[in-house]
Amino acid sequence: MTMLTDRQQLSYIAAQAADARVNLELETEGMTLNIGPQHPATHGTLRIIARLDGEQVVWAEPSCGYMHRGYEKLTEVRTFPQVTALINRIDWLGSFANEVPFILAAEKLMGIEAPARAQHIRTILFELSRIANVSLFLGDLGVQLGAITPVFMAFRDREYVLNLIEGATGGRFHPNFDRIGGLKDDLPAGWIDETRTVMKKLRNFCDEIENLLFGNEIFQSRTRGIGVIPRDVAMQYGLSGANLRASGVDWDLRRDQSLPMAWNKVDWKVWTHNDGDSFARCWVRLQEVRESTKIVDQLIETLPAGPVMTKVPRIIKVPEGEAWVATENPLGEMGYYVVSKGDLGPFRVKIRSASFNNMSITPWLLKGVYVPDIITILASLYFILGDIDR
Amino acid sequence: MSTLSVLAIDIPYWAQSLLRVLGGLVAVLLPAGTIVYVFLFKMMSFMQSRLGPMEAGPFGSLQLFAEVGKWLQKEDICPERADKFIFKLAPLIVLASTFLLVAVVPFGPDAWFTNFEAGIFYALAVSSVSVLGILIAGWASANKYSLLGGLRAAGQLIAYELPMVLAVIGVVIQAGSMNLQDIVVAQNAGSMFGWDGVGNPYVLTQFVGFVVFMVAVQAELTQAPFDMPIAESELVSGYMTEYSGFRFLIFFIGEFATAGVFAMIASILFLGGWGVPFAWFGWSDIDSIDNWMNIVGPLILFTKMMLVVFVIMWVRFSYPRFREDQLQRFAWKVLIPISLVNIMVTAILKVAF
Repeated sequence: MTMLTDRQQLSYIAAQAADARVNLELETEGMTLNIGPQHPATHGTLRIIARLDGEQVVWAEPSCGYMHRGYEKLTEVRTFPQVTALINRIDWLGSFANEVPFILAAEKLMGIEAPARAQHIRTILFELSRIANVSLFLGDLGVQLGAITPVFMAFRDREYVLNLIEGATGGRFHPNFDRIGGLKDDLPAGWIDETRTVMKKLRNFCDEIENLLFGNEIFQSRTRGIGVIPRDVAMQYGLSGANLRASGVDWDLRRDQSLPMAWNKVDWKVWTHNDGDSFARCWVRLQEVRESTKIVDQLIETLPAGPVMTKVPRIIKVPEGEAWVATENPLGEMGYYVVSKGDLGPFRVKIRSASFNNMSITPWLLKGVYVPDIITILASLYFILGDIDR
Repeated sequence: MSTLSVLAIDIPYWAQSLLRVLGGLVAVLLPAGTIVYVFLFKMMSFMQSRLGPMEAGPFGSLQLFAEVGKWLQKEDICPERADKFIFKLAPLIVLASTFLLVAVVPFGPDAWFTNFEAGIFYALAVSSVSVLGILIAGWASANKYSLLGGLRAAGQLIAYELPMVLAVIGVVIQAGSMNLQDIVVAQNAGSMFGWDGVGNPYVLTQFVGFVVFMVAVQAELTQAPFDMPIAESELVSGYMTEYSGFRFLIFFIGEFATAGVFAMIASILFLGGWGVPFAWFGWSDIDSIDNWMNIVGPLILFTKMMLVVFVIMWVRFSYPRFREDQLQRFAWKVLIPISLVNIMVTAILKVAF
C-alpha cells in the first residue's frame, strides 16, 4: 500500500465526509403503512404493518388476533356433539370441511367408524365445501387485481353449490351436519341429479374464469414471478395446501393418508406447479376445483346403500386418550389434537389451522415487493381470517 | 361567424352568453349522467349477471338522482390535520378542468362555445389541469393512502399525456389544422382514394393513432386497467379516500363527465364528430351545410360519444389493473415509440400524396 501524505489523507477524509453529507441529505424518510385492520383487501381484520421506501416494502409483519374468538378454550366447556357448531365457524367458507377432522378424531378415540354410505356423503360434502370456498377465491382474485366482473360470476355459481349444501344439510354456511358415528340425515330425494348438473356448471365456471382471468396478459404480468416461494422455503415455513403444491411439493393429505373417507375409492389427480409464484398458487387452486367436481361426480355414481349412522350411545362419552387427525381442507392442512379425560367434552383441543401457518411466511415473502404486489401475494396465499385467528 | 344563429334566428349577445353557460352545463352534466346510468349501472350489471338499479323510476332511471340526494345529505367531513382550504378546493379544480375542456368542443356547424384556432392544443393543455386537483387532493388529505394515490396519479397522468399528444399530432398533420371544427370538416368533406362515400374518418387512416389515443384516454381517466390512483383493493380509494358528501360527488361526476368529454374529443378527432359525410347531402364545405345540422349535429356527436364510452367502459369492466412500474414501462417503451413512428409515417404519406 502506498503511503499517503497528510494532505492527501485530509483531502480523502474531506471527500468522504462530503459524500456522507450528501447521502444523508438525499436519504428519504421511510413511511410506515398500516394495511388493515380495516382495509378492503384484507378480507377480514388482518393488519399488515409495512415500512415503505417509496412504494417498495422494506419490512413487513402481519399482526393477527383482531378476531380471536378463543375456540380452543371454548371447546373445553362444551360436549363433543356441541363442538361442531363452534368449529364450523373457523373457516367460514368451507364449514363442513372443518367438522370432519374433529369428528374423525373423536371417532378414532371411541374406536368406531362411520358406515360406508356416511363416509361417501361426508367426502361429497367435503369436496362441495372446497368448491364453494375456492370458487369464491377465484372470483375474489379478480377484485384484488382490479377486475370487478369475475367476483360476480363466482358468487353466481357458488350459489348453486351452497344450495346443494343447504339441500342436504339445512344450512348454507354452517351445516353442523356431521355426527360422531355418521351423519345427521341421508341425502334428500333428487339431490344426486341436481348435483350432476351443478358440477357441470362449475366446470363451465372454471373455464370461464380461466379465459377471463388466467389468460389475461395483465393478470399474468401481475402474478407471474411475483411472490416466489422456493420449494425448501415453503417446507420450512410449514405451508400446506395449494400454496405448498404450487412450490412443487407433491403432498396432499387426501391421497397420502388413509382415513375412513372415500377419496381413495375414486380416480383423481393432485396438481402441482413448479414455479412457486402467485400465478402457480392460483392455477393450482383452479385445477383443484376441477378435480373436486370430478371427485363428486364419481362419488355420486358409486354411492353405496346402507345406514348413515352407526350405533353410538345416546350420551356420548369419549374414552380417555389423545388423537390427532388432519385433513386436506380447502385452505390447507387442518388438524385437531383432541385430548379426552373420559368426560362429556374434550379436556383440551389444539386446532392446527392452515391459514395461520400459511400466513407466517408473509414477512419473508413481502420483503422488497411493491405495494400493489402485497395485495396480489396476500390474495394468492389465500387465507380466511377466521382460520388465522380461530 | 361572429353571431350564433340557430335555425336562422340571430340571437343577441347577452342571450348567447347565457345560452353558452347553460349549454356548457348541459354538455358536461348530461353526458356524465347518461354514462353513469347507462354504462355504470345498467351495462355493468348486464355484464356481471346482475339486474342493476330497478326501483327508482322506470328501469331505475332515477337512480342517479336518488344517489345525488343521498350524497348531498351526507356530512361534509374534513380531516383534522388536512390542509383545509386546498382540501376543499381540489374537487373543484378537477371539475373545472372538465368544463374548460368542453369549451372547444364543436357540436354543429354553428353550435360551438368557442371556435378556437389552436383548439386541440388548448384541450390537451387544460385536460392536464385535473392532475393538479388530484395531486393536491392526495396531499391535502393528510392520509398515507391518499398521498400514494395522488403521487401515482401524478406520475401516471404525466406519462400518458405524452402519447396522447403524439397520437393527436398524426390527426393534426392529416387535417392540416389544430382547429377541432376544421378537423371535423376535413374528415367529412374528405375522401379515401377518390371515394367519398364515408368521407375520410381518421379512425381508418389513423388507426394506430386512434388506438394509442384511446389507451392514453383510458389512463387519463384513471379507469381500469390504469386505475392505480384509485385502486380500491390497495389504496382504499386513493386520493378520494377522505372525501365525503358532495365533494365526493363532484369527484364522481367529474370522473364521468371527463370520460364523456374525452369521448367527444376522440369522436371529433377520429370518427367525424358532429358531421355526416358531406357527399350524402351534396355539401362541399362548412358554409354550404344546412342549418338543421345545428340540431342534429349534437345528437350525432352524442351517439358517437356513447360508442366511444362503451369501449372505454367495456375495457374497464373486464381488465385487471397494471402495477405502476409496468404502466410507466408501457407508456414510455411501447406507446411513445409507436406514436412517434405513426407521426413519421403520416408525415411521409402526407407529403407523398
